[in-house]
Amino acid sequence: MASERITPVDLPDPRYEYGGDDHVFVDLAEEMSFTANFKAMAITQRVAERDIDGVVENCPGNASYMLRIDPDVVHPDDVIAELKDIEASIDVAEYAWESRVIDVPVLFEDPWTHETLMDFRDRHQDPDATDLEYSAELNGYDDVESFIDAFVGAPHMVTMVGFVPGLPWCFQMVPRERQLEVPKYVEPRTATPSRAVGFGGAFSVVYPVAGAGGYQLYGRTPVEVLDVDQELPAFEDSMVLPNPGDIINYRRIDRDEYDAIRDEVEAGTYEYDMADVTFSPEEFFEAPNEYNAQLLEAVA
Amino acid sequence: MIEIEAGGVASTVQDDGRTGHYHIGVPPSGAMDSYAHALANHLVGNEESAATIEMTYQGITATFTEDAVIAVTGANMSPTIEGEPIGTWESVAVEAGDELDMGFATSGARAYLAVAGGLDVPEVMDSRSTYTLVGIGGHEGRGLEAGDELPVGATPTERPAVGATVPDEYVPEYADEETVRVVLGMNDHRLTAESRAELCSAEWTVTPEADRVGYRLDGPDVEFEERDQPFGAGTDPSNVVDLGYPVGSIQVPQKPIVLMQDAVTGGGYATVGTVISADRERLAQRQTHDSVYFEEVDVDTALDARETRAERLDAARAAVE
Repeated sequence: MASERITPVDLPDPRYEYGGDDHVFVDLAEEMSFTANFKAMAITQRVAERDIDGVVENCPGNASYMLRIDPDVVHPDDVIAELKDIEASIDVAEYAWESRVIDVPVLFEDPWTHETLMDFRDRHQDPDATDLEYSAELNGYDDVESFIDAFVGAPHMVTMVGFVPGLPWCFQMVPRERQLEVPKYVEPRTATPSRAVGFGGAFSVVYPVAGAGGYQLYGRTPVEVLDVDQELPAFEDSMVLPNPGDIINYRRIDRDEYDAIRDEVEAGTYEYDMADVTFSPEEFFEAPNEYNAQLLEAVA
Repeated sequence: MIEIEAGGVASTVQDDGRTGHYHIGVPPSGAMDSYAHALANHLVGNEESAATIEMTYQGITATFTEDAVIAVTGANMSPTIEGEPIGTWESVAVEAGDELDMGFATSGARAYLAVAGGLDVPEVMDSRSTYTLVGIGGHEGRGLEAGDELPVGATPTERPAVGATVPDEYVPEYADEETVRVVLGMNDHRLTAESRAELCSAEWTVTPEADRVGYRLDGPDVEFEERDQPFGAGTDPSNVVDLGYPVGSIQVPQKPIVLMQDAVTGGGYATVGTVISADRERLAQRQTHDSVYFEEVDVDTALDARETRAERLDAARAAVE
């Protein structure tokens, strides 16, 4: 494992596309990779630094990014020209950004997501297995335990936030060969518990609020990713905790710890275990396992 | 103060929306028909950004606790004050204790009630717009219900005279507006040639699943070209690696969904085009079972349409007397 590294992939030429008259959507790659995501991060950070007139929303995506513009101020073609200029000038390898490592405790095989997934077996590829059993087998693991070990065995980077406020899409920080991949439900569920931890495509997610969903359900975290009343100390500046570029460390906990943390969250006193770090794509690519271990020391 | 006696089907406080938070999943919200919202505000002397009540399909019943000047625009819901019909697209004086009663929409889907001074609910992220999915903004983050009390801001010193109206030529005929213009793009190349052509020729109908998040339309099945799905995208041909969804964008799980002001901000369905900014408010006035046609335009036509729409709003404001 010590010799593992992540090889950057060759990306196609970006596709610059109009989202009507007031959005520009840029597709960097059809498939997910850290190379594509880091490029999206680097470009959108440079867009923010340049403070381009008329750009009103600046949204990095997993392997793409999107801007909302005010066409009364700037023509989409002028924005696209500037984006091409930025694209030509950045070198992701030289990039680094301020990030945070966030500890997210998870009770796997919890009673709440278990009840939900059993309610919707008729919408699943494998009605006779649980979502974890199905995912373990599909990814070549002998059992659920070893699949969970892999899931928590390396941190996951927040590569996009959205769908609803605070939902992080997270891509595990391991070489492609070790990345997990599972389909979404055949038919989406009409219900998902809040704080459910799920997986779909190549992404883990935390559902901020109860609602519909199509990701495989693995567990539930006692901590919030969205606090609209901003009562918890970690939400002083924003009602949303995860931001693109943050690093989530899923940590397996038992029911006692779940209940203890949940009590603190509900009392509004819970202090998140998180730390500021500087993230270097180049160092991560060179030696992901060692670099991850170094990052995680911040929350150890 | 406005005391709500009946909230109607789906009535929320909305202004011109919140910006700057899309990247963490917060949609703009705000009035779905910003033309009707802007003129309601103008009729009572408010800034365009003042908060109004957006009513969907059925209006509210409410009592004013103080004298006020109001205007009702948008869909026609036959408003009455103390049982007497009042004009719409018109500045109307009401007295303390008067009851406003509105019925079902006979034309269009959404009506707007502006009150001189605007609805003075607390701002969340610099906006008074309600976003019910997570319960923020507006009145307690939710639709209006009997018993709610809404404070009204200070009356503007300058405003059109009571009785001022928007001339008929500036009042939309919602029933006729079945065509909305779209800029195709983003992932439209993944559609089969037949489906791509059909998207802009078929008759679509508005399903009951049409709300502030999105308008789900019914019509012919839309097909994507089969491919080896890229890593991370999921297994269905309509799936892509999760990406950002523009407001107004059309995604096609099987049938089209057009995202509106409370849009989900991203996800894993291919987006194939975007309803242009000038026409989203027209779509927002289509009723369940109404027809919708998409007309393909290029981006410069979309920009011209935006300018034309802004000029029409300016002209409507100037014509109010």
